[in-house]
Amino acid sequence: MSKVYIALQDNDESRYIVEAIEEDNPEVTVIHMPAMIRIENEGRLTVNRETVEEKMGRDWDVQELHVNLITLGGNVEEDDDSLSLHWNE
Amino acid sequence: MAAKKLNIKDKYRLLTRDLDWEYSYADRKEAFPYEDFEGIKITDWSKWEDPFRLTMDTYWKYQAEKEKKLYAIFDAFAQNNAHMNVSDPRYVNAIKIFLTGVSPLEYQAYQGFAHTGRQFGGVGARVACQMQSLDELRHVQTQIHAMSHFNKFFDGFQEYSHMHDRVWYLSVPKSFFNDARTAGPFEFMIAIGFSFEYVLTNLLFVPFMSGAAHNGDMATVTFGFSAQSDEARHMTLGLEVIKFLLEQHEDNVEIVQKWIDKWFWRGSRLLTIVAMMMDYMLPNKVMSWKEAWEVYFEEAGGALFKDLARYGIRMPKYSEIIEKEKEHISHQAWWTFYTHGHAAGFHTWIPTDEELDWLSEKYPETFDKYYRPRWELAKEMEAKGERFYTKGLPQLCTTCQIPMLFTEMDDPTQTSYRDTTYNGERYHFCSDGCKDIFEDEPEKFVQSWLPVHQIFQGNCGGPDVGDILSDFYHMNVGTDNMDMKGSPDELRWKQWKGVA
Ligand SMILES: [Fe+2]
Ligand SMILES: [Fe+2]
Ligand SMILES: [Zn+2]
Repeated sequence: MSKVYIALQDNDESRYIVEAIEEDNPEVTVIHMPAMIRIENEGRLTVNRETVEEKMGRDWDVQELHVNLITLGGNVEEDDDSLSLHWNE
Repeated sequence: MAAKKLNIKDKYRLLTRDLDWEYSYADRKEAFPYEDFEGIKITDWSKWEDPFRLTMDTYWKYQAEKEKKLYAIFDAFAQNNAHMNVSDPRYVNAIKIFLTGVSPLEYQAYQGFAHTGRQFGGVGARVACQMQSLDELRHVQTQIHAMSHFNKFFDGFQEYSHMHDRVWYLSVPKSFFNDARTAGPFEFMIAIGFSFEYVLTNLLFVPFMSGAAHNGDMATVTFGFSAQSDEARHMTLGLEVIKFLLEQHEDNVEIVQKWIDKWFWRGSRLLTIVAMMMDYMLPNKVMSWKEAWEVYFEEAGGALFKDLARYGIRMPKYSEIIEKEKEHISHQAWWTFYTHGHAAGFHTWIPTDEELDWLSEKYPETFDKYYRPRWELAKEMEAKGERFYTKGLPQLCTTCQIPMLFTEMDDPTQTSYRDTTYNGERYHFCSDGCKDIFEDEPEKFVQSWLPVHQIFQGNCGGPDVGDILSDFYHMNVGTDNMDMKGSPDELRWKQWKGVA
């Protein structure tokens, strides 16, 4: 199974997003590099709006992710409640 | 009555798909004249998927937010004289290459996506290309703004656009994009949208930018990551284009594979300069070129090609050679620039002893065996006051336009050299990959504007190299170029820092 990945700018908003990803995808690997955070997982990774909102303590639109996104790898599925990445194999 | 909030899918349907119209009096074929001349078969544009479903209103909202954040940082950078915080003045030379070699490509990408988007019959693809076109314009603008600050304090930034159109090594990135933009719209999308954006730009905009942060360059990492925040959308567009073409018709598979073979080869050649920037021009190290290549090309690209295998797509041709090159190309390129340091628009230098040790550690298979001895020799010559500059002009590859600096990958002491004849003329190449590309489109590549040929034909002024550099390239000879040691950049830096 190949790894999907997402990288975010290392900033205050991203920290909550990373926490949410870790909570919903317990298998992920989080790699800290200068100014950025890379998160990878075998096969699939999901960012859920509800979890991010809970961590941030405010409303959060899934498309806000674009503001702090650096790169990603995998097929993207996005709707009002989540963004997920996966590879078909 | 309170307005009901639309969900993303409905909004996308109304604000994107619904913008299309039927042609009642115009001929659709005439409206989209380039759609089938490449042999690509589209049976149903409505099958186009855009996973991000970004609508124009949301696009402007988030882009405005990104720009506000970015410009706040540029202001802070300038107000705090933050160019003083970079790790080492040598680092700034990587940014000179960025402005002269990369930023003009952002402008070419803007032009390319504007043109290509116009040529697509499907509205989803048209809107996505329009957004990307606007993004790319933003990238070139923000890069020029960020680097205008460095231009006040360092040499070599002043004529980036003039240089991009003329200088021998800058013809490499320029001709790469010219090739893509003069192709048909679908080849452009596979070249830039897919090969370049999905796999290759990551290597410049992710590990190199992280390196910029690690070297104290807040402005560059910020424009880099701000640009890159658009890139996730560009990558997704590239992937959607390829899946769409492969699903539309089985006859498309072979055409797309040929473009993948061409553009991955061309792209890995182009990235040679990024390899050199990563390994030699970042005084504080994040990762080696080889490590970055393994993560972003081999791992990420490998996953991508496994995913595409279900359509009958295989890894790009010459992947085995590409895999070996990660051990060599950064060293071969920096040596070439070091020995041509009088003709470059930036400074070159011998790596410090700690840097040589780092390279030995990161490249245990190749550095001590093939490359370290050259630097030890260069050090000896420099110590004797005989800093080496070559007298000759390099022979260029007709396809990638890079000087013949690459070796055979199985024998790094042997320069890789190929040739072919076409209409009675002989053409020269750096590799089988570049030769194949030429032989497939000779009428296109015989028109290449090769800087060294142009110099010899008398089209660049001269006849002395010095005159060409100053009058035709607009370099300040002796100021912008030559060794970092003793350069005005280095002297000013020492004055600012109060060291002798
Ligand atoms: Fe860009
Ligand atoms: Fe882009
Ligand atoms: Zn070549």
